[in-house]
Amino acid sequence: MKVLLSWLRDFAPFEGDPVALGEQLSDLGMAVEDLQRIGEGLSGVVVARVLETRPVEGANKIHLVVVDAGDGQPLEVGCGAFNMQVGDLVPLATLGTTMPNGMEIGRRKMAGVWSNGMLCSAQELGLGEDKAGIFILPAHLEPGGLFTEAMGIEPDVLYDLEINPNRPDAMSIAGVARDLAARLRIPFSLPDPSSQVIPAEAIGSVGVEILAPERCGLFEARVLRGVTVGPGEPKMATRLALLGMRSISNVVDVSNYVMLELGQPNHPYDLAKVAGPGFRVRLAREGELLSTLDGVERRLTPDDLLICDGADVPVGLAGIMGGATSEIDATTTDVLLEMAWFHPIGIVKSSRRHKLRSEASARFEKGADPEVVDLAMRRFAELLGASLEDGAAVAGGALPARPPVLVRPARVAKLLGTDLGRERIAELLNPIGFRSTAKGDDLEVRIPSWRYDSSTEIDVIEEVARHHGYTSFGRTLPRAAATGALSPRQRDRRRLRATLIGRGISEAMPMPFLAPGELTRCGLPDDGITIANPLVAEQSVLRTSLLPGLVGAIAHNWAHRNHGVRLFEIGHTFNRAADPTAELPDEREVLGAVLAGLDASDAVSLWHVVAEVLGFETVRIENAERPGLHPTRAARLMLGDLAVGALGEVDPGVLDAHGIGERLAYLEVDLDTLLAEAHGGATYRAFSLFPSSDIDLAFEVADEVPAASVEDVIRAAGGELLWSVRLFDVYRGTGVTDGHRSLAYALRFQAADRTLTEADVAQVRKTIIDAVQQSLPATLRG
Amino acid sequence: MLDEIAAIEAAAKPLIAAVVTLDELTLLDQQLLGKKSDLSTFKAKLGGLDPDGRRAVGGAVNRVRDALTGALGARRAELELAERLVRLQAERLDLTEVPPATGAGHLHLVTQAMETLEDVFVGMGFTIAEGPEVETDWHNFGALNFPPDHPARDMYDTLYVEMGEPGSTVLRTHTSPVQVRVMSTQEPPIYMVMPGRVFRQDTPDATHMPVFHQIEGLVIDRDITFADLAGTLDAFTKAFFGGEFTSRLRPSYFPFTEPSAEFDIQRPDGSWLELGGCGMVHPNVLQNCGIDPEEWQGFAFGFGLDRLGASAHGVADLRDLFTNDIRFLNQF
Repeated sequence: MKVLLSWLRDFAPFEGDPVALGEQLSDLGMAVEDLQRIGEGLSGVVVARVLETRPVEGANKIHLVVVDAGDGQPLEVGCGAFNMQVGDLVPLATLGTTMPNGMEIGRRKMAGVWSNGMLCSAQELGLGEDKAGIFILPAHLEPGGLFTEAMGIEPDVLYDLEINPNRPDAMSIAGVARDLAARLRIPFSLPDPSSQVIPAEAIGSVGVEILAPERCGLFEARVLRGVTVGPGEPKMATRLALLGMRSISNVVDVSNYVMLELGQPNHPYDLAKVAGPGFRVRLAREGELLSTLDGVERRLTPDDLLICDGADVPVGLAGIMGGATSEIDATTTDVLLEMAWFHPIGIVKSSRRHKLRSEASARFEKGADPEVVDLAMRRFAELLGASLEDGAAVAGGALPARPPVLVRPARVAKLLGTDLGRERIAELLNPIGFRSTAKGDDLEVRIPSWRYDSSTEIDVIEEVARHHGYTSFGRTLPRAAATGALSPRQRDRRRLRATLIGRGISEAMPMPFLAPGELTRCGLPDDGITIANPLVAEQSVLRTSLLPGLVGAIAHNWAHRNHGVRLFEIGHTFNRAADPTAELPDEREVLGAVLAGLDASDAVSLWHVVAEVLGFETVRIENAERPGLHPTRAARLMLGDLAVGALGEVDPGVLDAHGIGERLAYLEVDLDTLLAEAHGGATYRAFSLFPSSDIDLAFEVADEVPAASVEDVIRAAGGELLWSVRLFDVYRGTGVTDGHRSLAYALRFQAADRTLTEADVAQVRKTIIDAVQQSLPATLRG
Repeated sequence: MLDEIAAIEAAAKPLIAAVVTLDELTLLDQQLLGKKSDLSTFKAKLGGLDPDGRRAVGGAVNRVRDALTGALGARRAELELAERLVRLQAERLDLTEVPPATGAGHLHLVTQAMETLEDVFVGMGFTIAEGPEVETDWHNFGALNFPPDHPARDMYDTLYVEMGEPGSTVLRTHTSPVQVRVMSTQEPPIYMVMPGRVFRQDTPDATHMPVFHQIEGLVIDRDITFADLAGTLDAFTKAFFGGEFTSRLRPSYFPFTEPSAEFDIQRPDGSWLELGGCGMVHPNVLQNCGIDPEEWQGFAFGFGLDRLGASAHGVADLRDLFTNDIRFLNQF
């Protein structure tokens, strides 16, 4: 919302430094996003009339405009805009002018022709953002006149304010002025228009009917007579331009001006063109069509609210945009002026559905002021210089109930931490229209009609805090002695991260969204949950695994000749819940690690490190195929009977699909499952002070038998005396049967209470060998 | 006899000096001082001498033995030193020519920022709560005082997930649903922060990503005030950014807090940075979570951390955070 300081001053005598005023606006919750000084650097700009336009040979981006700058002499100016016609009045920056942006205007050559000045757009003049063409001035100005004088432009300040959804009042100049005046404790007054009122005549024949009272709280029409449609008044046109609206005609300009000033959207119709004459406010019929002013034909639904004429023909999408018919034109003499109050939610929904936001809808969706209508009607007539017919055609629907709100000063003190007292609270509220009366210790507060957002005690407390000043409440710290700590899970996660970076693996952060087909490209089932409204199709599927993101990251690096990259991610995966009625997906926190240039055995080593760091002693791996992984180099991670992840190498087909030319070791751990199991906190196991006995055993074992099962048998058979088992060599080749390999284990035996004798060791050695040979297809190598 | 003994010494000295290896020295040691050495033969002859002669010869033998032992020891030390120098020279390594093995990995910038923030809040007495990234409409909006079709929902470009009724499941647009989960399951008092990943339907550019990270705080107790909010955020500002930073609150609007505020910090050079939003938890939110707003009250705050983490390291474009290019990741 843009506001002009001069316009604010129409309502209250604001003085002083515009920057300081801006800070007050920000402190009231209307953040100043931009402050622009207007009307500076325009002393050399005059009104000029276009006499002729000529093309410039060899240049199609510019043409030569011949203007009369008041002295009757033709002056040639090169110009890159083509929107003027012969006879138009335009602003001419004369030679020697320094423009608001600092540019100096001198005589210069453009495409081989001399240009004696510059024709200006509104933006070049510092008057709004319109830079599409030269600023065409109202036709009745005199050439040669100073532009600022002719247009009534005085040095001014333009604030661009950020208005929050709970500030419908601040969607008008008057509302901003009211809030600021209250803060500065200076008097604020609304205009009291004194237009000529003439006896009711035409209005008697205007019918107004509301068929959707829950959507339209008020609909009022009045007749303005004696209107002469003409160009906009220059000062008004300038203000509108500064606030981003183009001057169209006096009637349209006044309509916009009243909306900006008082916050009341309105619609002037040519009375002669309104069929009936009159209005019906009704819901649209399914499939009904309406062409809105922006030239778009819109297909409506029964949730859209329409303004129809007396013949039930739609003339506007209520509260959002008028239709293309019944527009004011040069022949209009009597205006039927409509103002209404529409329910915000209905406006929000329609505006969202049609992707159509307008100045009107922006105000209605925050909640307009139903009580400003009479004032706005009179202001409209006054500004247009028209006579207002006595009486109005009015229909009422459901306006929001505005019961008084009980505000407890004790509650205010308890929430804000400062006991302001009842009087101070009343004093803060009164100037912004929240009228209060004492009720016991408390206040009964009536919410002003311009604050649709406000309806409860806490809403009023916010107003108290806002006007007292957020920075005036001091700073304290909560008194409770709370103890901060990371949870065990958070500590595990940090330990995990520290371990992984210590192993030379960097943390990646791939997007959790995948493109359709990406799961398939990674060898995974194509069953990802989809996003209903993705920004782009490439981000429309939620990942079911961390594999695609990490493989994608390696592919990116490989393509940039970064080889041997090691990455990990701790992130969430989203799978369809087993229970089809579940509200949410099966979402898990997962660790994924990918080691480029390394093979599955490196993933095994990494897993052992991870498990050990987290304090899991009994993890196992089982060879098992896994989608996305190399079918003969993949394993399942087991904790007891619980599957907690997988490791191996990425399937060569997946590598090919991603153009990756190196092996990828891969580890994926379901942290939600794993970390829910008991871990860490190991109990001390005293080690023996007696010497150990070390022996090596090598077995020839068929390739189909996992080494892990050999080790399991050794451990079980070794019993208490077996302190440790370590697979130290795997050998295939001469001396070993085809399809078999030799697995060599280093075993250490130790007793807690004595030195083992040779007989002890021989005994346990035999037990182990027997157990392995009997329970597995394995033979001891000699 | 005494002359002969003196002659042994005289003859031995040049031999000792001439030895160049430790092995030779050991051999010479045996020849000069061993049982079969000339010196030892004089010792055997002592028995046939009178006491004076015994004393004189014995003394001479011992003196020469000591002298030779000393000379051998000194020579040994010299040879050992020389040998050590030869060995050390032979083992010389140019340690700058060692090829680097795989270096350390690096934590992601966002994680580093997140952990630092968590640590500051833990130090201030907060614990850390987490929750799912896909959420129900109730947790993300409804319980937070956004009625259906409320215009404030348009402040969030929500991504909807195709599950259940259309519009019923979302990618959380903020970490506030974790507040709802905490308040719905735990009795106050609550002093918690909620870090996490959030989602918006935003076109990626230098300052916006559809995926980013936030940390929110929630304090609910019997007498938590607006001044406590201002004080807590100022304490955080000084702990995280430094003692020379200050903070301020400006009125704002969020459906889930009232009064609501923007939380700005001021840098030592006087410039301001809009950090995030905050406010007193709205009574409707407390009620929606089964907490009596007349008995309990408190504040909530939240801000994004990607930009904080990126700007601290001179990363101007947030898209760089998510390229996963190792040349980016390994710089931090």
